[in-house]
Amino acid sequence: MARRSGTRQLADLFAVKEMVVVCGSGGTGKTTVAASIGAQVASEMGGRVLVLTVDPARRLAVALGLGELGIESAGHVPVQVPQEAFAAVGHPCRGELWVAMLDTKAGWDDLIRRHAPDSATRDRILANGLYRNITGRFVNSHDYLAMEQLHDLHASGQYDMVVIDTPPSRNALDLLDAPGRMREFFGSRLLKWLTVPFRSRLFTVASKPFYQVADRVLGAQFLRDIGEFFALFQTMEDGFVQRASEVERLLTDEGTTFVVVTTLETAPAREARYLAEALRARRMPLGALVLNRVLPAEIRQVGVSAAASRLHDMTVSPSNESLQRVAAAAGLPPDDAARVLAEVADRFRETSVAAANEAERRRELEALVPLVVAIPMQPTDVHDLAGLLTIGRSLTGQI
Amino acid sequence: MTDLPLLDRQLLFVSGKGGTGKTTIAAALADLSARRGRRTLVCEMDAKGSLAAAFEVPTLDFTPTEVEPRLFAMTMNTEDSLREYLRLFVRIPLISRLGPLAHTFDFVADAAPGVKEILGIGKLCHEVRERHYDLVVVDAEATGHIVGQIDAPRAIHELVKVGIVRDQTEWMLEILDDPARTGLVVVATPEEMPITETIELVHTVRTTTQVDVAAVVANRVLPEWFSPTDSAMFDALMSSGAQAALVAELGAKVGTVARAAALARARGSVAAEQLRTLRDGVPADVPLLLVPEMFTRGAGRRMVARVADALADVVQ
Repeated sequence: MARRSGTRQLADLFAVKEMVVVCGSGGTGKTTVAASIGAQVASEMGGRVLVLTVDPARRLAVALGLGELGIESAGHVPVQVPQEAFAAVGHPCRGELWVAMLDTKAGWDDLIRRHAPDSATRDRILANGLYRNITGRFVNSHDYLAMEQLHDLHASGQYDMVVIDTPPSRNALDLLDAPGRMREFFGSRLLKWLTVPFRSRLFTVASKPFYQVADRVLGAQFLRDIGEFFALFQTMEDGFVQRASEVERLLTDEGTTFVVVTTLETAPAREARYLAEALRARRMPLGALVLNRVLPAEIRQVGVSAAASRLHDMTVSPSNESLQRVAAAAGLPPDDAARVLAEVADRFRETSVAAANEAERRRELEALVPLVVAIPMQPTDVHDLAGLLTIGRSLTGQI
Repeated sequence: MTDLPLLDRQLLFVSGKGGTGKTTIAAALADLSARRGRRTLVCEMDAKGSLAAAFEVPTLDFTPTEVEPRLFAMTMNTEDSLREYLRLFVRIPLISRLGPLAHTFDFVADAAPGVKEILGIGKLCHEVRERHYDLVVVDAEATGHIVGQIDAPRAIHELVKVGIVRDQTEWMLEILDDPARTGLVVVATPEEMPITETIELVHTVRTTTQVDVAAVVANRVLPEWFSPTDSAMFDALMSSGAQAALVAELGAKVGTVARAAALARARGSVAAEQLRTLRDGVPADVPLLLVPEMFTRGAGRRMVARVADALADVVQ
C-alpha cells in the first residue's frame, strides 16, 4: 500500500517540476511509469505535458496514438493523445497529453545536421563512406541524442512539463554523463592526434608511438581515412560543446527532477541504489524512487501465514465440517474444494517468501531515498490509457 | 540449427533484454559445464557487478578468478584488453602505462568505430583459439547491442583493408561462423517486450549474421496454478458466498491468502500466453528451454545452482 504521505509528496513534486527524467534498469516498467506520470499530470493537474518515450510496447504505442502514424515513421514529432480518449475512460483531461518517440535511428545524421558549421561540411560528412559505416554499425549515439532532444523540447517553451523515459543504456549513467563526455572528447588529445596527418610537421614526439601502433594495427590508409573523418568532425566542435554544456545545466536545474524506477528484485534494486548514489554525486536532484510491481502489503500482515496454515489443515480430510460448509457455499464437491484450496494454501508459502525478500530490499532502499512510492502488482499488463491512469493515480494518491 | 548439445560448443553468447536474467543464465550454464568436468570461463561484458554478485565474490576483473573447481569468471575491460592485445600481437615491449591514451580511451572506445567491440570479441575468440578453456560463456550485451558485438569482426573486415587487425578478423570469423564452435542463447522472461525483442533478435541474427542461434531460454516461467477445470472451481471459491464462508470458518485473513492466489493465477495466465507467443514466433528448429521461477531467498550461488539444476534437465 502506498504511504499516503509519499504519494501526496509526489503529487506536490510533479506540480512544480518542468522536467521529469525517469531512469532505472531494463525490465522495471520505466516506460509505463513515465507514460503514467504524463497521463496523470495532464489529466488531473492540467497543462501541456509531453512524454518522450523510447521503446513503447506495440499495444501501448497504438493506444497512445503513436501506432496510427506507424511506429517507425512517427520520428520525434509529438502526437497528441485525443481528449476523447480520456473522456472515454471516465477521466476528462484538464490539460493536454502529447507523446513523442525518441528518434534513435537517425541519431548521428540529426546531430551532424544540427552542428555542422556550414552546408558544405555537413554534406561531406554525411556522404563520407566511413561515416556511414561507423554510425551504422558501431556508434551508440542514443544517449547523447536523448539529452539533446530533451533540451530542445524544453527550450521550445511549448510544454509545461516534459517527462522523459530514458533509453536502455548499458550503464544508466552513460546517459547522464553523455554531454560531459562529448565535451571531453572535443578537448582531448586523442582527437587532436587523430586529426593530424601522419607525416605532418605538427607530428610531435608524444604522438609518434601512438601513430606507430595505429599504423601497424590498422594500416596507413585507414588511419588517413579516419583522420579525415575526425578532421571534419572537429569543425563541429563549438556547436557540440556549447550544446553539451547547456544540456548539462538543464540536468542540474531546479526545475528538473529524477525519478528512479525499480522492482524489488535483487539486481534492479542494486542498480537503483547505484543510480541514487550516482545522481547525488552529480548533484542531479533525485525526486523519488518508484517501486513497481510490488506484492500486496497485506500479505505481510500478522496472522496471514497462520490463516494459510489453517486453510491447509482444513483441506486434509474431506469430512472436515468447515470444508463441507465452504464447499457447499461454492457449490462444489468437498474433495474438489479440498484439492483446490490445498493448492492455494501450499503455494502461499512461495508468495510469502517472495514478499519477505521484497520487504527487506524495500527497507534498504527507503533508507537511501526519502520519497518512496509503490505501485502494486497488477493482474494484467498495462497497455492502454485506462491502465496508465490507474498507475498514475496510485502514484499521486488519488484513488 | 545443429544437433550439437549446447554445452559441447566452445563459445556461447548469452543475450536478452535487460532484466530477463542473462547473467544468472550465463552463470548457470557455466556452472553446469564445469560440473560436467569441462574447464569453463564465464565473462561479463558489461562490468556491472552482477556476475560477481551471482558468485558472491566482492569483485571480478580482467584476470579470471576461479570461483568454483574448473569454473573461472572475469569481466571485460577495454583498457586491459587493449594492453593485452598490444602485448600479444603488436609486440610493443613497454606498454605498462598507456599514458594520455588511457585517459581518453573510454570515450573513444564508445564513440570510435568498433574499438570496444573488436577488443571484446577479439579477447573472447583469442581464449577460444588458444584452448585455455573447453567452453567460454559470455554474459553478453543486451538485445539492442549484441548484433553489433558479434558482427564487429565482419564489419572491421570490410572497413579495414590491411593491417594486423584485418588479418585477425579472419580467424575470429572462422570461430564465430562455425556452429560447432559458437552459439547464441537468447534469454526472455514471459513478458511482452522481452518476447518481442527475442523474436526480432533471432530473426536479425539469422538473416544478417552467420552466428548460429543455439537456443532460446524462457526464464522465470511462472507455474500454471490450476488446470482449466480447477481454475473454474477456484472461481467458484472466489465468489462472495464462498469467501464469506471461508472467513467465517478461518478468520478474515484467509481473504488475503485467496486474493494472493487470484493475483498469482492472473499473472500465470499472462505469462502462459506470452510463452505461446514466443514459441510461435521463434523458428521451430531453435530449441526453447524453460527455466521456472525460483522462489528463493536471495540471488547468489544458491540461485545459480538451482537454475543450473533446472537447465540440467533440459540441456543435453
